[in-house]
Amino acid sequence: MFYREAGQFKQSYAADQAIFPIRQDRIGLAVILLIAFVGIPLFGNEFLLASVMVPFLILALGAIGLNLLTGYAGLLSLGTAGFMGVGAYAAYKLSTIFPEVNILVWILCSGFFAAAVGAVFGLPSSRIKGFYLAVATLAAQFFLQWCFVRWSWLYNDNASGAIEVPARTLFGIAITGPSATPVTRYLVVLTIVVVMTLIASNIVHGRIGRSWMAVRDMDIAAQLMGIRLLPVKLLAFAVSSFYCGVAGALMVFLWLGAAEPAAFDINLSFVLLFMVIIGGLGSLIGSFFGAALIHILPIAIRMLPDALGLSIGAATVEHLTFMIVGALIIFFLVVEPHGLARLWQIGKQKLRVWPFPY
Amino acid sequence: MRAPGDKSGLKAGDTLLAVENVSLTFGGVKAISEVSFDIRKGEIRAIIGPNGAGKTSMLNVVNGFYHPQHGRITYKGQTRARMKPYQAASQGIARTFQNVALFRGMSTLDNIMVGRTLKMHRGLFWQMLRFGPAMAEEIEHRRVVEDIIDFLQIEAIRKVPVGKLPYGLQKRVELGRALAMEPELLLLDEPMAGMNLEEKEDMCRYILDLNNQFGTTIALIEHDMGVVMDLSDRVVVLEYGHKIADGTPDVVKADAKVIDAYLGIERGVSGPSQESEAT
Amino acid sequence: MTLLYSIFVDPFVQMVQMPDLLAQTLWEGLVSGVLYALIALGFVLIFKASGVFNFAQGIMVVFSGLTLVGLYEKFAAAGFSGPLAAFTALALAVLVMLILAMVIERTVLRPLVNQPDIILFMATFGVTYLLIGFGEMVFGGDPKQMITDQLFLPRGAYDVAMLGGHVSFQKIDIAATVIASLMIAGLAIFFQKTRIGRALRAVADSHKAALSVGISLNQIWVIVWFAAGVVALVTGIMWGARSDVSFALQIVALKAFPVLILGGFTSVPGAIVGGLIIGIGEKLGEFYWGPLVGGGIESWLAYVIALLFLLYRPQGLFGDKIIERI
Repeated sequence: MFYREAGQFKQSYAADQAIFPIRQDRIGLAVILLIAFVGIPLFGNEFLLASVMVPFLILALGAIGLNLLTGYAGLLSLGTAGFMGVGAYAAYKLSTIFPEVNILVWILCSGFFAAAVGAVFGLPSSRIKGFYLAVATLAAQFFLQWCFVRWSWLYNDNASGAIEVPARTLFGIAITGPSATPVTRYLVVLTIVVVMTLIASNIVHGRIGRSWMAVRDMDIAAQLMGIRLLPVKLLAFAVSSFYCGVAGALMVFLWLGAAEPAAFDINLSFVLLFMVIIGGLGSLIGSFFGAALIHILPIAIRMLPDALGLSIGAATVEHLTFMIVGALIIFFLVVEPHGLARLWQIGKQKLRVWPFPY
Repeated sequence: MRAPGDKSGLKAGDTLLAVENVSLTFGGVKAISEVSFDIRKGEIRAIIGPNGAGKTSMLNVVNGFYHPQHGRITYKGQTRARMKPYQAASQGIARTFQNVALFRGMSTLDNIMVGRTLKMHRGLFWQMLRFGPAMAEEIEHRRVVEDIIDFLQIEAIRKVPVGKLPYGLQKRVELGRALAMEPELLLLDEPMAGMNLEEKEDMCRYILDLNNQFGTTIALIEHDMGVVMDLSDRVVVLEYGHKIADGTPDVVKADAKVIDAYLGIERGVSGPSQESEAT
Repeated sequence: MTLLYSIFVDPFVQMVQMPDLLAQTLWEGLVSGVLYALIALGFVLIFKASGVFNFAQGIMVVFSGLTLVGLYEKFAAAGFSGPLAAFTALALAVLVMLILAMVIERTVLRPLVNQPDIILFMATFGVTYLLIGFGEMVFGGDPKQMITDQLFLPRGAYDVAMLGGHVSFQKIDIAATVIASLMIAGLAIFFQKTRIGRALRAVADSHKAALSVGISLNQIWVIVWFAAGVVALVTGIMWGARSDVSFALQIVALKAFPVLILGGFTSVPGAIVGGLIIGIGEKLGEFYWGPLVGGGIESWLAYVIALLFLLYRPQGLFGDKIIERI
């Protein structure tokens, strides 16, 4: 009824090529952004901001990074956490070597280090694909994690082997370290994530995004269209790793505050892959859905017994969480193998013809 | 639609592509042996033969996907050693495939836009912004693509994911994608396989229009003899990797070897006669 | 120069000077190779028959071992212990693996038939999480001792004086190698000689063609997942006897991936040879070259070996050269 594009005629190709060609979508997006930038900081409590929203946004950014690689370019990667770690350690080293430069600059720069490392580990993709490539990226994961443990220069020879985030400010307001309030951290993360999502959307809608998808869908035909596979794949690895690297730096600097190498272990890679698959391969909005589901679900499950007044041991809750998440993964894959993004599309289609069935 | 860029300076009738003594083997199996033929600028050249005669392999050799063990290929006066498929593409060779090789996850529009990749040059920086020059370039190429969509009469399926289209339309989109490259040499691998009569007629008209209006040189593999004889200027016939005849449709039609290969009468051998697909 | 020397010369000098150490390292590599091969074997069985890249194989090893030990502990707590209880627990563990195979077939494979590979791959992640949660909830999360004695598995070691020194062979390692070889031989006979084996090979070649001649895919899947479960149980027992039964094994089980790459996803001999190469290569690398970079390279060396090999030969050890057709 209200969600219908009838009567909205596009009179130029520019209007037709817009990312949100339908007016209602643009209004919806504006409302969501308004809530995110104004509503949540005003009314959200510390728990919501620091333990739900900040991790959700950071994980969503990492998922977008992986989605660019796996969902758009069709290259399966299990080394995401390793690339995130590169970003985190690069940001840490840069900010301790040059403390006078603003931390946000270093967080964004750390992405370039991750991109370079990602491109190097993307080289095998010239000869192998599919699960074979996935195992090759496992090599990246384990090798990088080993570096984080053994190469003490990376963590400034700390006795603990962990990296501690130094306190840094922006316009005199603390944004990292213990004195930064959840609201500022949330707003910084939100801004970076929104801008980088927009850029990702631009890339995938243009020539580069199309050549990634062409390589994903039919690499032989793509070659015969004049697409050179290796540069395209390496670019996908680099851009994806850039996003993962920034997400990793944000994770340490604005969420955890300190990190050990174990923070970037293989489980994080798998969690991000879940988010991408459950959210929907080849869908940016799906990355947000996936991150929301996988991150918020366990929190909700942990809070549920208290809310219901049941007393269950913490260990049991932990085990139950594992089982429920596992079961839900299977459930969602069975119900909609194309992910939540597809459900979202179907929902929009239903809304378009509502109140009629079709 | 624009005429394809004619940078080679060749006139109609000059030799565009010459294949000389090409042999291709796959681990002992000879797919093509000692085949020579040429394609002249502006003509429609048909390659026919029974299944397994090496027709598709021949096209794969021409656009650099397979590398022949022996022989030379001269394209636009340049003899090349080993060529990568993307190099062939950048020199103006486009093709369609026997089994539709569209990008199934993308819409018709995006599929055809991929054909423009070589003509688009804005780098990552502008792509990230999708503003100014990048957007202008995008729209300029969208316009070309819309012309192709008009030409092939597929306006209605612009935004439909190609995986959902019926087979005949998929073939048409694939032709559109090849056209978007503004090719000088267009290789069509069984463009009419699996089509009904109306679809075949449409496809024939597109091929003739392309050839007449824009002077695109076309090499065509097709099993429908009626189509081949009507459309093509010259025909080359392959059997078991060997060339058995070459010439105008009338000459080829009367050639004893060709009749043997297709009908298998005189020698009475099994093999090719069982697979005869002549209509 | 010294660096080059310590990379290219010194390790080999050490090998020649102390052959007993070399023999010891090789033996240890061989044994861990056998265990990698066993995990890879479970993968290959499932990949061949159902085209599923089964991430849960590693956790199945842990889960089956845990079930065995956990059941025995419950029996022992009820006053029923000794070999009889151990073998009852073993039988029950086999039964659990059968039930698991049936449940997976019913809830995961059947609804997801014809989905892309990556979806099935992710579904096995779901299975992994479920099994971790379930196993820890029922049997507890702490490491457990494998019931070696009750299953009549040998303990201790043979010290053999050879090559101018001593090489020690753990008896359990010898037993593991023998049992693994017997099991692989048994599986080979099963595949080659029985009716079900032939159906299995048919399914491996083409699901559709197998269906069209009346082979029940569902039945085959249950059999294959059950077989993989039994392989997992044996692996779990052997591995558990060498260290202990805990979820830490799961990470070690990831080592089966490079083995698979090396051997090819569908080749049983590939899994075995690949397992041995990775096992031995890893131990040699760690022992002779590891100290140069501070040790611990075992965690990634296997992947790098596999990767380098893959660049040289993308189709794996036993795969045919892939000719792409269009």
